[in-house]
Amino acid sequence: MLKKENKPSKPTPSPKPKTIAKKPDSKLKELQQIRERKMVLMQGNEAVAYGALDAGVNFFAGYPITPSTEIAEILSAELPKRGGVFIQMEDEIASICAITGASLAGAKSLTATSGPGFSLMQEGIGFAKITETPCVVVNVQRVGPSTGMPTSPAQGDIMQSRWGSHGDSPAIVLYPDSVRESYELTIRAVNLSEKYRTCVILLLDEVLGHMREAVQMPDMANVRVINRIKPTVPPHWYKHYDENQKYLSPLASYGEGYRFHVTGLTHDSHGFPTNKSNEAAEMMERLRKKISYNIRDLVQIESHQMEDAKIAIFAAGITARAAKAAIAMARAEGVKIGLLRPLTIWPFPDEAVRKMLRNVETVIVPELNQGQLIYEIQRLTKDKSDGSIIALQRVNGELITPNDILRKIKEVS
Amino acid sequence: MANIPQRIIHEYLRHDKKFPHVWCAGCSNGIVLGAIIRAIASMNLNRDDITMVSGIGCSSRMPVYVDFNTLHTLHGRSIAYATGVKLQKPHMKVIVVTGDGDCTAIGGNHLIHAARRNIDLTVILINNNIYGMTGGQCSPTTPHEAFATTAPYGNIEPDFNICDLAMGAGASFVARTTAFHVQEMQGIIKDAIDHPGFSLIEVVSACPVIFGRLNKKGGAPQMMKDFRDNSVPLAAVDKLPPEKVEGKIIRGILRKDVRPEFCAEYAALCKRVQDKEVK
Repeated sequence: MLKKENKPSKPTPSPKPKTIAKKPDSKLKELQQIRERKMVLMQGNEAVAYGALDAGVNFFAGYPITPSTEIAEILSAELPKRGGVFIQMEDEIASICAITGASLAGAKSLTATSGPGFSLMQEGIGFAKITETPCVVVNVQRVGPSTGMPTSPAQGDIMQSRWGSHGDSPAIVLYPDSVRESYELTIRAVNLSEKYRTCVILLLDEVLGHMREAVQMPDMANVRVINRIKPTVPPHWYKHYDENQKYLSPLASYGEGYRFHVTGLTHDSHGFPTNKSNEAAEMMERLRKKISYNIRDLVQIESHQMEDAKIAIFAAGITARAAKAAIAMARAEGVKIGLLRPLTIWPFPDEAVRKMLRNVETVIVPELNQGQLIYEIQRLTKDKSDGSIIALQRVNGELITPNDILRKIKEVS
Repeated sequence: MANIPQRIIHEYLRHDKKFPHVWCAGCSNGIVLGAIIRAIASMNLNRDDITMVSGIGCSSRMPVYVDFNTLHTLHGRSIAYATGVKLQKPHMKVIVVTGDGDCTAIGGNHLIHAARRNIDLTVILINNNIYGMTGGQCSPTTPHEAFATTAPYGNIEPDFNICDLAMGAGASFVARTTAFHVQEMQGIIKDAIDHPGFSLIEVVSACPVIFGRLNKKGGAPQMMKDFRDNSVPLAAVDKLPPEKVEGKIIRGILRKDVRPEFCAEYAALCKRVQDKEVK
């Protein structure tokens, strides 16, 4: 299902999966092979942890928080076997800082958290973005605001994952709807962070993190791993933020002889602080274009039974699963209805949504919040009457069920 | 460059674009920078293996000037970033340059936990008793009854003793010196970098333009003389009568213990787990 990533323009890293820094023994290999061949019953959080390992993550710093803790627990057991680093930090702020520092020293790094921790991490996420340092933050969403309902699902961080950090900082945010896809999108999140040199966010629903599904893991040979492009120029030619057409520039690590400077201040292409307006504009443009020039590579959507649909449902994550069940029931009664599901919620799939809006009369937007995805649909519907965009929202800790959606479908059809 | 005498510090400074520096006339930060460079030069370290990390504040502007791997981070978070760098590349010497506000107010949590872990970072804390960069607000080390722009009637809070704080949290190397005692500072920095564990050096320093002016300290030379006259080396403390020690700055290495270092412990754990897997 995953679209193949474009090849990086600079020296291509080996396409072979490189996951294990040290291969201490054959036992590990054996374990991995068992996992590859068999169907296994696995939680979403487990799938994220194993996806991270298969993508080559070798550094995890985190802080315990429900409902993401299993990710840290698994990695605390698995990373030492592979010579990777696991550290439990003093808080979530320290966690995002540690993974950013480690990434600058060459690690593939990841942290996992939930709403309250994600809020604490926002300043650090902005730092990773302005310094163009690859890292991944997994946010297993729970009901908010504040402590909310730690073990209940919500989709309330959709806007925070885009706009949470101060200042303009375009985001890459992925959103799986199954355990298998949690595994795949974790790998993709790590790949995109390396390729685009930014902090990529993976949003999971609480129920997905804790739900167990039978999953067949792919052969390691079929896992495509992308590594950051390394500079090939001599140190005095190196620019930490090099310009190039696709905004994919090489990244040196500390200790490799390049001795570059990294700062959260607005900086020039060498990384040194600047107050010059032209250099400031250049930096901001690079951050923006890096995303907007690569929309086709970044955006993934699933279009489900949309060919003849007159009503469309636009939903992400676990809510899209309920929508699919509702669609099956509605279609049995002759309603022409389909689903458009973003796997990448940021950058928002404008093109696909516009196409959907041209072809359908009504769009239902079910989501576990008081209205977040629906804003984006409304943004793209200037020519439609408000009545054609139907909200279905819930923030009481319960899921939106297929029957809830079916009732809504019957109201509008 | 022909007419400029080449000194050791020039070898280690970045030559293009980075000067003039941001510090005020009379600031102690340059003195500390000089001492750090001379300490490193005397140790024959490969500069590719040195990472200098800082947070936000006057002292935290230091990394941009030096030709090491340098990382200027968020307010208070330098130790957390440094922890990531050090764990990923344990052979590196990771030096954190920070201030009293950066390290003991907003960054206090990271300070105590890094000290507890005993991770091999060298934290050089330049204590000028005030937030200089934002214009002179009260910090956790602003003395009781001293003035700051946010303490216009005098500070009613007690101040931190930074070295006691670090020792209480478990730091294995703790030292204090002043910006006046440059040779001593250089030696302590060298010892701290060599020390296998968490080390913290408090450098009592002068902010004549803001702290000095608000508290009528009489300018940079006078503040330096005060450091000379109002400090006592640790070795002399026992020999002097108590009234001569009372209220003075105690200088020297206050603690130097060898206890398990975090990166080494982690490497041992990995080895233990991997050996078990093989069996």
